[in-house]
Amino acid sequence: MPVDISWIPGDSDLLVTIVAGLVVIGGVGAALLGRSRKAPPREAPPRRDDAAAAAATTVEEAPEEALEEAAPAVETPEAVDHRFGRLRRRVGTTFGQSLLAIFRRGSLSQDDWDELEETLLMADVGAAATDELLADLKARLKADPDGDPRALLRAALLDVVDPSLDRSLALGAPGDGELHSAVVVGVNGVGKTTTVGKLARVLVAEDRSVVLGAADTFRAAAADQLETWGARVGVPVVRAYVDGADPASVAYEAADRARTDAAEVLLVDTAGRLQNKQGLMDELGKIVRVVSKVSPPKEVLLVLDATTGQNGLTQARVFGQVAPLTGIVLTKLDGTAKGGIVLAVQRELGVPVKFVGLGEGADDLAPFDPAGFVDSLLGD
Amino acid sequence: MFANLSDRLTETFRNLRGKGRLSEADIDGTIREIRRALLDADVAVPVVRTFTSNIRERALGAEVSGALNPGQQVVKIVNEELIGILGGETRAMRFSKTGPTVIMLAGLQGAGKTTLAGKLAHHLKQQGHTPLLVAADLQRPNAVTQLKVVGERAGVPVFAPEAGVTREDERPRGNPVKVAKKGLKEAEQRQHSVVIIDTAGRLGIDQELMRQAADIRKATDPDEVLFVIDAMIGQDAVATATAFQEGVDFTGVVLTKLDGDARGGAALSVAEVTGRPIMFASTGEKLDDFEVFHPDRMASRILDMGDILTLIEQAERTFDQAEAERMAEKVSKGEDFTLADFLSQMQQLKNMGSMKKMLTMLPGMGQIRDQIENFDERELVRTEAIIQSMTPLERENPKVLNGSRRARIAKGSGMQVSDINSLIKRFEQAQQMMRAMSRSGGMPQMPGAGGGPGAFGGLPGGKKSKGKQAPQRKVKGKSGNPAKRAQQEADARNRAASAPAASQGSAFGLGQRPPQDVDRDALNADLSKYLGR
Repeated sequence: MPVDISWIPGDSDLLVTIVAGLVVIGGVGAALLGRSRKAPPREAPPRRDDAAAAAATTVEEAPEEALEEAAPAVETPEAVDHRFGRLRRRVGTTFGQSLLAIFRRGSLSQDDWDELEETLLMADVGAAATDELLADLKARLKADPDGDPRALLRAALLDVVDPSLDRSLALGAPGDGELHSAVVVGVNGVGKTTTVGKLARVLVAEDRSVVLGAADTFRAAAADQLETWGARVGVPVVRAYVDGADPASVAYEAADRARTDAAEVLLVDTAGRLQNKQGLMDELGKIVRVVSKVSPPKEVLLVLDATTGQNGLTQARVFGQVAPLTGIVLTKLDGTAKGGIVLAVQRELGVPVKFVGLGEGADDLAPFDPAGFVDSLLGD
Repeated sequence: MFANLSDRLTETFRNLRGKGRLSEADIDGTIREIRRALLDADVAVPVVRTFTSNIRERALGAEVSGALNPGQQVVKIVNEELIGILGGETRAMRFSKTGPTVIMLAGLQGAGKTTLAGKLAHHLKQQGHTPLLVAADLQRPNAVTQLKVVGERAGVPVFAPEAGVTREDERPRGNPVKVAKKGLKEAEQRQHSVVIIDTAGRLGIDQELMRQAADIRKATDPDEVLFVIDAMIGQDAVATATAFQEGVDFTGVVLTKLDGDARGGAALSVAEVTGRPIMFASTGEKLDDFEVFHPDRMASRILDMGDILTLIEQAERTFDQAEAERMAEKVSKGEDFTLADFLSQMQQLKNMGSMKKMLTMLPGMGQIRDQIENFDERELVRTEAIIQSMTPLERENPKVLNGSRRARIAKGSGMQVSDINSLIKRFEQAQQMMRAMSRSGGMPQMPGAGGGPGAFGGLPGGKKSKGKQAPQRKVKGKSGNPAKRAQQEADARNRAASAPAASQGSAFGLGQRPPQDVDRDALNADLSKYLGR
């Protein structure tokens, strides 16, 4: 701030100071920049919150007939063990083998420790979590000098991943006659819509009746994409047919439809939003509130891209403030990214990973298996 | 807890005061902090390694040990090195001399290629080009539809002879290489000056898709191949960038989702590992949220040093232009700042999002971090309620507020009379401040300008911190923040060189002919100085 404002007394003065300061920053900044840009014509940009009113009336449901003719025989998802085997093969070859190479050398020198640290860091585990893991490993080695470092590291990793956490979807038992809702959230481009589609497949395979809500009214063609997924497993998709409809309104329509249809599970897909966009986070809060009117969400799943770095933690933290997260879906684990951010998120926030996405195939969504994950990291 | 590098280094060096020179161990501590900061920003491990060893060499030199404040000197060096890598090779887009310029986009799934295609088209169209978008992503369901929508929004034609995958279970039909070729021919026929080819997103390890991208590259011989990468990407950035460099040999990088709060260390990794320049940054969901990459801002961001320019831009984006100009005019004319103005400013402020977040964007806020943490966002709502409980007359002229009016307002807003009293008192002081500002003819001659971080550091603390405030720094014209100081120094040099441009930018922007072509950087540097740096 340009002004010495130390004379302002009192406790809650931060506000006045800030407002005054921002008058200056905002005013001068806007005036200057505005001028230097010759006051660009501010034609109303397509805003999300705008078309809300129009939306309420235009929400329609996917045509029933189309669904019935498209409904194919439900395919049985691939066995879980088999899928995890694939994950193990993919992840194990990179991360695990370098660890193995280190441990084969017997006692650990300082260089080995450094290498170990880098290996963890390169997997996006994050500096803080890495420090903690290594300190833990050192303590374990001290307590048990003759122990197998590999087994000790496995134990240390397992402690962070914590296999005792419940990683099943808390959507009740099939056939309990109640409506359970789940909302899928995340930043742009992590694969939320695909995840919703795949989850719907899993649920349908468990013989549950599902309704999908396409509350991503912002991204072009997002609702079409979800509809495609829905049609494939014969699940109704509630969507809006105008761009920029109010997502909360779509979510409510979907919840309402699920209730009238006596469906067991409602899955709501939301638009990708960056966690520092306050307006969009408020919008998400509204979606969750509105769904809660019909059925409080039992699951709020954050979709994280395995390539995401340390920002994943911030994402989990901020999304969690708006809608308390119950689990994480880690997608795109079939690339070269190792998904170590999972360790950091779980360590910091205690939110467990429930599913991992392993590819573009319809059945490439596997339940997360901590022991298998750690083993795969160690190169089993 | 989330102290930024600048704060942490200052802390590291605190114990060193009085020592004549830095020992090896001191430097080690510094390097550790830098390393940690870079790792937290997702800079790739090998890049961090080479980077820190460069820093170590420079830090051992005389420029640090001789400095009055070695911590800040080190930050300055780090910042310089970062800018060096990030902006080492900035260049403008290459346009073809004959025929249409071909730009090909490549990148991971979900990096934002399709959205970016629209933005790039919009950007080029504004520059007078006639772009054509070519939908060569036949892989992702409905990608072609999305590009059509994006093209429509940008007012740019889309060439999409193949519908691509419209159903999830469909096998990809059509040949993207042929589509790209046809698109090129189409552009030649219709005399489009630029062709932007949107390709399918692919994982770095997907050989088949990578070969397809390479084939498109071969078939169309693009003038620019832009690698689109998400600013949030972590350590995988290096593997991905290398794979794409081998696969399609991109010529430039576009960083997307920079409007998020990721620190974006990937930018550094990619620039360092591939040696390709970062050309553009995508900073939002709207079509015009697209800008040329600023290495200096990115450096501050990676170091988490606060970014006053981003703050200004954010303010500019959310603040109502007309309202802001009206305010500025008012201040410059010496009219009184009223509670109504205060209210409208505060409401715009609310649109900018979390106050805490915003405050942390200001450099030098480390000193009052605790206070910011304790700041109650609802304070805004309460203050708003108080002002909204006033009549227009009272808002314009708070002097009429007598006891009974105050009691009424307190009742109306659900607050205590004492709250209203203290608001009015604080407001009057702010009003005085504004008056002083307009009297002194704008910001340059403001009292306390150049107070450095002390200006904000002088904020009243909580009860505990009262009286324990560090004495304010009184170094005139020199910021405590090395990045800003560097900027000031550069600014001073700049001004010597190009006095007219700078003075145009500095004059509060009012009552003058609008500068036609103000050098944005000079202006920014100038501006940031007035903002107390």
